[in-house]
Order: sequence, then C-alpha cells, then structure tokens
Amino acid sequence: MNIPEDRRYTKTHEWAKLDGGLVVVGISDFAQESLGDVVYVETPEVGREVAAGEAVAVIESVKTASDVYAPVAGKITAVNEALADAPETVNEDPYEGGWLFKIEPADADALEGLLSPEDYAKLVEEES
Amino acid sequence: MLYLMKKTPLYDEHLRLGGKMVEFAGWQLPVMYSSITKEHLAVRRDVGIFDVSHMGEFFFRGPQALEFLRWATLNDPARLKPGRAQYSMLPNDRGGVVDDVYVYRVGEGEYLMVVNAANVAKDWEHLNRLAQGFDVELENASESWALLALQGPRAEELLQPLIDAELAKKRKNSTFTAVVAGAPARLARTGYTGEDGFEIFVAPADAVAVWRRLVEAGAVPAGLGARDTLRLEAGFPLYGHELTDETNPRCTPLAWVIKDKPYYGREALESGECSSRLVGLLLQSGIPRAGYRVLQGGAEVGTVTSGTQSPLLKKGIALAWVGSDAAAEGTELEVEVRGKPHPAQVVPTPFVELGKK
Repeated sequence: MNIPEDRRYTKTHEWAKLDGGLVVVGISDFAQESLGDVVYVETPEVGREVAAGEAVAVIESVKTASDVYAPVAGKITAVNEALADAPETVNEDPYEGGWLFKIEPADADALEGLLSPEDYAKLVEEES
Repeated sequence: MLYLMKKTPLYDEHLRLGGKMVEFAGWQLPVMYSSITKEHLAVRRDVGIFDVSHMGEFFFRGPQALEFLRWATLNDPARLKPGRAQYSMLPNDRGGVVDDVYVYRVGEGEYLMVVNAANVAKDWEHLNRLAQGFDVELENASESWALLALQGPRAEELLQPLIDAELAKKRKNSTFTAVVAGAPARLARTGYTGEDGFEIFVAPADAVAVWRRLVEAGAVPAGLGARDTLRLEAGFPLYGHELTDETNPRCTPLAWVIKDKPYYGREALESGECSSRLVGLLLQSGIPRAGYRVLQGGAEVGTVTSGTQSPLLKKGIALAWVGSDAAAEGTELEVEVRGKPHPAQVVPTPFVELGKK
C-alpha cells in the first residue's frame, strides 16, 4: 500500500498536502483500491466555504457512491477539471493526477491535526 | 464478524487470486479481483467465471413431485421435458414473491430447484409447509454442491475440450450430466449475465480443480460486483431489490413467468390493478442507486431498486418501481441524485444487446 511521506491523512481516507499556502486534497491508494473503478467524480463549487469533516465531493465507483470529506476548514479555490473526462485517474494516480480539490485553509496550521503517514499506515492495517 | 460467515470451497482460491472478500447473504465472496469493469467486459466479450456456490439447491422426488411444483411455482414445470430448465418464482399468498428460482427437470420424475442464497432457509420452510399433503420428498442439497458459472460468448469454445459432451447440441436451458476436467458434474446452459454460458454443479471437493482448469484455459475470474452490473444491464431482477414478498410479479416485465394453471396464492396475485410497475430507466447523466427517488415534473412517482453506470453504455441505468401512469416506454422522468433531478427515460430491458445463443 502506497502512503507517501510528504502529506497528512484522515480517518476517512483523504490525503491533504500543503502546496503554496493551499491544501490539496485527494483520496488514498487504500481508498481508491477499496472503491474499485471510479466512473464519476462530483467536485465542489469553487468559492464554497467548507468546514472540516464536511462532505464536499462524491466519488462514484461502479458499485457505490462515496462522500469525500474536507480534511480542513476553508474555502474551495480549485477543483480538478480533468477528472470530468478521466475519472479513472483517481485509481491510476491517486496522489498526483487524481487530486480532487484545493482549499485555502482558515487556519494555516490545520494540517497538524491530521494523521501522520505512520498513523495512517496503522489505520489502514487495522481496516484491511 | 467475518469468522461467522460461510466460506465456499473456493474461498482460499479467491484469496490466492487477490479477490476482495465481502459478506453476501451470509457468505464470504469476492466482490472483485482487480476491476469490476474489466471483469464485466470479459464476460460480455470473451468469457468469465463466477463462484456461485452460495446458491441453494433443493431436489424434489416422488410420484407427486411435478404436481407439487406446479402448485408451488408460477411457471409451469409440466412444460419441461427431461433435461430442460425454466426460470420461475415462488408465489406467497399475498400477491408477492417468496423467491425467484430456476427449476430443472433432471430425471423423469426428479426436479432440481436453484434458489437465492439469502432465501435458502425461508424457501425451505415455505416449500416444506406447502408440500404437506403431496407425495413428494424434498432434499436440501445446498451444502453438497459447489456451483461455478462460466459465462460469455466464448464459453462453449473454452469448455468443449474439457468435457465429454457435445456442447453444440445443448440448447439454452438444457441440463445434463458430464465429466468436466475429470470431475463428475451437472451442467445447465443457463446464467445470470445475459450471455451464453454454463452453470456447473460439482462436488465441493472437486471445485478448486475444475475452477483452476477453466481459469487456466482462459476464463477470467469475476466477482459479485460484475455479476450485479451484468445482470442489471441484462434487466434481470435481484431478489430483495426488484422482487420482494410485497411485489407483484404481474406488474413486472417478468409477468410471462405466470402460467394459467392453479397455483398457491393465485387469487391474491391476480386481484386488483397494478398501481406501480417495474421499468428500466436510462439516464443521460448521473448514476442512479437503489433507494433514489424517481420524479415526474418534480413530483415523486417511484423508487430506484437497482442502479449503476452501465460499463458498456457508460450511462446510468436503473430498474425502478414507478406509478403505472409513468411506466409507459418513452416516458420522460427524472432520478434524484443527491438532491438534483437527472432526466431519465423509461426504456425496454435488456439495456444492451446481449449475446444470442
């Protein structure tokens, strides 16, 4: 299971990575593998204010629809438009090309409260 | 609680093949191995293999086996010659369905019924209750058989070198015994995918060896996920979704199953008009799921019972119960996906063109 060291994670299997003051959000390798073939991604509206833990996007796989939660509070500043035509990128490249949205965080230190890669690895081990 | 779930004889084989195991009707079965879409397309275009050992098998023997089954089922088993099979349903006395089943005439006076795994206990109790007063012997052989489903346009070609029977002579809905990959087996040219194929009953001890020979010969292992998307594209019902104890089969595209003869619960099943009907819906956007509301001009007219994105059409498809006034083919409806209505048209099923055999 691929769990990059350069970002933080949530108990609901999102990853969050700081990039130029914005928090980039996607789902983990474990999450994409559990979901199976992703066929549609519903991204949030740019400009929307979101709370930490709020359901803001939906990933539809062949078998089910799953919510994606905002790891931190803030404002949505960008969404990954490329997923409209290529939702399978979430499966193929969950940590780079398969990013979902970016948040301008309300609190610059918000990522500190999320799971470290080590803690997330433990969580995945418990759930698999 | 996984340790309480039943395992099929192929459980270890599924793990070895990387199957993602889930609970289904009390059994641990693979939902997929690598990709539902790939497994789905393998069955539509080539050949796939499913472990359906969880299904239940009942035998009916005795002088009144036929009379009993004519009473207990909606289709007419009197039409079955030896070696033939038919789709059927078990009616209750409230106009609903206890289960949908397949009935096979396996001998002159011997019948086999394959039932849904989730309903084995319920069906067994129901059938034994109905059988009182009939000279018929019932056997629940569900634990005595493993069942493999080889499905896809290349099923016959793949299976022929491994079997001592001439498959070209076996029509759809035939059933026969043969030796498959060294194992004694009962076969039926039936399935739940809409494609040509064979369902292969073998002893649990032979299941792994037969499975491996078929996989080595090119059959793609496919899981419950593909089984569900395949049956949905084919417009087949899944008990508990489209059909329940409360749904009247007369109001579904499967009404052809009901034959004009005495049967249990006939009066209730035939009384009244259909206030709603089971239909197929095709969406241009959005993916329908079970439980989503069906609307007409914003007003609720029904509920989705099964839905997915068709791997072949790449569009949302659903089966839904909708009010009879909204059920005509071509009717423009909407399915509410996360609060937003998506246009949906009532269409005939199957949703896709299926292999013909």
